[in-house]
Order: sequence, then structure tokens, then C-alpha cells
Amino acid sequence: MIESKGISKVYPDGTEALREVSFDISEGESCSVIGPSGCGKTTLLFILSGILKPTSGKALIEGKEVVSPSKEVALILQDYGLFPWKTVYENVSLGLELRSKPLQGLRGRRVEPHTGKKERREIVSSLLQDLGLKGFENHYPKQLSGGMQQRIGFARALALNPRILLMDEPLSSLDALTRETLQNFLLNLWKNNGVTMVLVTHNIEEAVFLGRKIVVLSSRPGSVVKTIENHKVGDVNYRNTEDFFEKCRAVRRSIEGGAT
Amino acid sequence: MPSGEKEHRGWSYLIIGLLLVAIWHLFAVLLNSIALPTPIAVFYAFISGIKNDLLTHLFISAIRVGYGIALALSLAVPLGLVSYKNRTDKFVAPLIYLLYPFPHIVLLPLIILLFGIGDLSKIILITIIVFFQILVTTRDAARNLSTNYIYSLLSLGASEKDIYRHVIFPASLPKILTAMRISIGTAIAVLFFVESFATTKGLGYLIMDAWSRMDYPDLYAAIVAMALLGFCLYVVLEKVEHKVCAWVYA
Ligand SMILES: Nc1ncnc2c1ncn2[C@@H]1O[C@H](COP(=O)(O)OP(=O)(O)OP(=O)(O)O)[C@@H](O)[C@H]1O
Ligand SMILES: [Mg+2]
Repeated sequence: MIESKGISKVYPDGTEALREVSFDISEGESCSVIGPSGCGKTTLLFILSGILKPTSGKALIEGKEVVSPSKEVALILQDYGLFPWKTVYENVSLGLELRSKPLQGLRGRRVEPHTGKKERREIVSSLLQDLGLKGFENHYPKQLSGGMQQRIGFARALALNPRILLMDEPLSSLDALTRETLQNFLLNLWKNNGVTMVLVTHNIEEAVFLGRKIVVLSSRPGSVVKTIENHKVGDVNYRNTEDFFEKCRAVRRSIEGGAT
Repeated sequence: MPSGEKEHRGWSYLIIGLLLVAIWHLFAVLLNSIALPTPIAVFYAFISGIKNDLLTHLFISAIRVGYGIALALSLAVPLGLVSYKNRTDKFVAPLIYLLYPFPHIVLLPLIILLFGIGDLSKIILITIIVFFQILVTTRDAARNLSTNYIYSLLSLGASEKDIYRHVIFPASLPKILTAMRISIGTAIAVLFFVESFATTKGLGYLIMDAWSRMDYPDLYAAIVAMALLGFCLYVVLEKVEHKVCAWVYA
């Protein structure tokens, strides 16, 4: 359960990014956050993940106030957040290296504290394999295409086997085809692993395809215009149905209402 | 870089090198003065210098420069890196503003007063001058780092110490190494200055000594040795840079 309780954020230079943002996301739910550019979506994710402090209001996870990055949460940043000085392998395994407490490993395997290298290697290799990055372990991010870098970002987050996955426009710089493939990948991840997902996006179709709940934000300072329920989410073919298009129109109307 | 291009570049080094020697030779012939001997004469002086004690002086100079740069590096890099935080930079920034523009070389009399006329004073002066060059660059590199890298690392559960290890240091390293390459030239200039008096060892001494004897081939042989010292340091640093900053060249 993620709760955003009246979150406001004013940056030190006086920019008011968010105003009284409240919504909640139950365990295992997927939620899209959509809003115009610069409305504070990234700011909101940074606050939910404990990297930034809100000016007022608070973020709660499982009822506890978020004050620092939690082990249950993985964040995929807008520009993937990869480190150009680390190889693909080093980028993906870094999170595992940094978090030393016992973690529930991918697909039920357990990662013990300080068991370190060998198990990390296994987890990372199988993830890279799953995401089609095998053979690129020793490449640097800049040697790979945008789509591949994006998948490294996913691998890095998934290696942590998070219960909550926060994503900041993860698919925005991909071509339509790659984008659909990764949307299906995310849908299956959500359905099969029971992760709670928060997906920030610019794209209405993506928000409707992946979010069982859609939070529409107004232009800056971002505040919630509307929360739309979207129960039909969960099937790959949803994107071809009349219900889907109807939902997209509803979301578009709310966005246009909120943009000033 | 395509391998064909690399081969090409090997040739270009040779061509430029030969061209410079040819220009030198031309000037020597045209000027026809004992103050500028031909490359051949200098080459013979260099060989006979090696048979004598040129290498010992070269070695002593190399040690002085090496210590100076190493000491400067080990002080300037940590200080530059921690100034990525405003809390630390509050103190480092004024330090740089007030002390960097100041010509440190004039501190020599004071340093000699405090540390004597031995190797220590020479090393300390080199250290001070190189220290500021590396500090300025390292601080800029650390402070201009995109906060996104830091957020990205924090989201993975990193501690303060991890930030230095995984972000600030590796991200600043290419700039640090460039600063070091630039500071080689400075370090050797300072070396010449501190070796040019009150010592009987080092290439600076050899140069001054040959000059006072008006032995120009010997003088240029010592200059060539000094240039070689700089060249070797430069090449070593470039190799190190290609190794530890492989991601830049990938
Ligand atoms: N560190 C900062 N200091 C001051 N202002 C900031 C800072 N970070 C962001 N802002 C401002 O806060 C507002 C919200 O920024 P944010 O990045 O959260 O928007 P966004 O919705 O993610 O935009 P986009 O869709 O373009 O990614 C913007 O006006 C931005 O300029
Ligand atoms: Mg953003």
C-alpha cells in the first residue's frame, strides 16, 4: 500500500512543483500517473522513493512514513539512471551489491547477506538473459542502443526483486514496436509477480494499457485532477478493444480539463 | 577507433618527430651559433652524458617530480571530491579563490627558510603548485556532476560513502587525469627553477652548470633529458587513463 498524503513540494529556488497531491495505491495494484511536462511527476516519484523530502504532507508505504530509500522499492529513472563508467554487468549488479540485508531472490531464490558474488552473478546473468542482453555484460551503456539501455535499467531494478516498482517514463524514448514489447513485458511482470507498480508517463495509451488506476495531474504545480479506475487492465489484447479507446478519451478529457 | 586509423597515427608521430628535428637542424645551420648546436652534436653529447652521470641526475629529478605530483594528487583529489557538497565547498571555494591566483613560486624563500635547501623544499614547491591545478579541476568536476547520478545511486540504497566510490570519483577521474597531464609541464618547469641553484644534483643543475661552462651540447643534452622525463610521464599517464577510464574511449 502506497499513500500520498497531501504532498507539496517547493524547491529551494522557489519553484512550486507539487501542491497537495493525495492518492493511494493498494498492494499489488498498478497505477499510471499522467500529466503535462514539468508538472512534477518526477518530483513525485523522488518523494515516493525517499530520495527527496516533501515540503509538506507525507508519503507512506505500508503505513510507515518514507524518509529514505526502502529495500522494497526500486526506481527506474527517466533517463534510465545508468552509470556510463560501469559496464552493463556492473550497472545491473550494483543495487544487489549495495543492499546487504537478506533479499528474496528472483523467482523465489534467496540472496543471503554477504554471500555476495556467486549468487549475484547468477541473478544478474539470468536477468540479462531474460531481457535479451546476454553477451553484452562487458559493454558500456553508451555502446548500446536506447532500447537496450532501457532494458539495462529494467534489469537493474528487477535484480532487487522489489515489491514496489516506480518507473519514470521508462518507455518514452523507444520506437513504437519496442515500446509495445516492453509494455507487454511490464504487464506480465505485474500479473505474474504481484508487484505494485507506479508508472509515470506522458502517453495516454500507455497509461490506460498499464494502469488499473490512472492519476491525472494538472500542469505545474501538479495536483490531482482526477483518479480514474480502469478495471479491464490485464490483458495484452485490451489495447484493441472499444473499452480501451473509450478510456483513452476519458483520460484525454481530464488532462485537457486540468491543463491551463 | 578503427585499427587502420591507429596505424596511421603511429606514422604521424614519427613524421612530426622527424619534422621537428629537421627544423631544429635547419635553424642550427642557418644561425651558425655555438648557442644552438645541431641535433647530431646534441645526440653525441647525450650519449657521452649517459656514459657519465646524466642518468643519475635524471633519476634524481624524476624522483623529485614524482613525489611532488603524487603528494599533490593525494591531497587535492580528496579535497576536490568532497567539495561536491555545499557544506564542504563553503570552505574549499574561498581557499581556491584566495590562494590559487597567487604566484606560489614566490614562496620559495619561505619554504627554504622552513624546510632547508634539501630535496624536501623542492618537492614541497612542486606539490603546492600542482596541488592547486588538480584541486581546481577536481572540484569543478565533482560540482558539475548531474544530480541524477546521485539520485540514481541513492535509489539503489547507497550510503554517503558509496556515492564517492560509485559516482563522484569515477565520474571525475577523466578530468583528474587530464589535469595531471597538464600539470606535468608545470611540475617540470618548477623543477628546473628549484634545481637551478643551491644544488649539485638534478637536470636543472646540469643545465645551469653546462650553461656557465658555455658547453652548449651538454646544455642541450640535459634539456633533452628533461623533455624525455616529461614525455615519459605523459605517456604513462595517458596509458593509465586509457586503462582506468576505458568507458570514455569505448
Ligand atoms: N532541483 C530542482 N530545483 C528547482 N526546480 C526544479 C528542480 N527539479 C525540478 N524542478 C522544477 O519543478 C517542476 C517539476 O519538475 P519535474 O521534473 O518533477 O517535472 P516532470 O513532470 O517530471 O516533467 P517531465 O514530464 O518533463 O519529465 C519543473 O518546473 C522543474 O523545472
Ligand atoms: Mg520527469
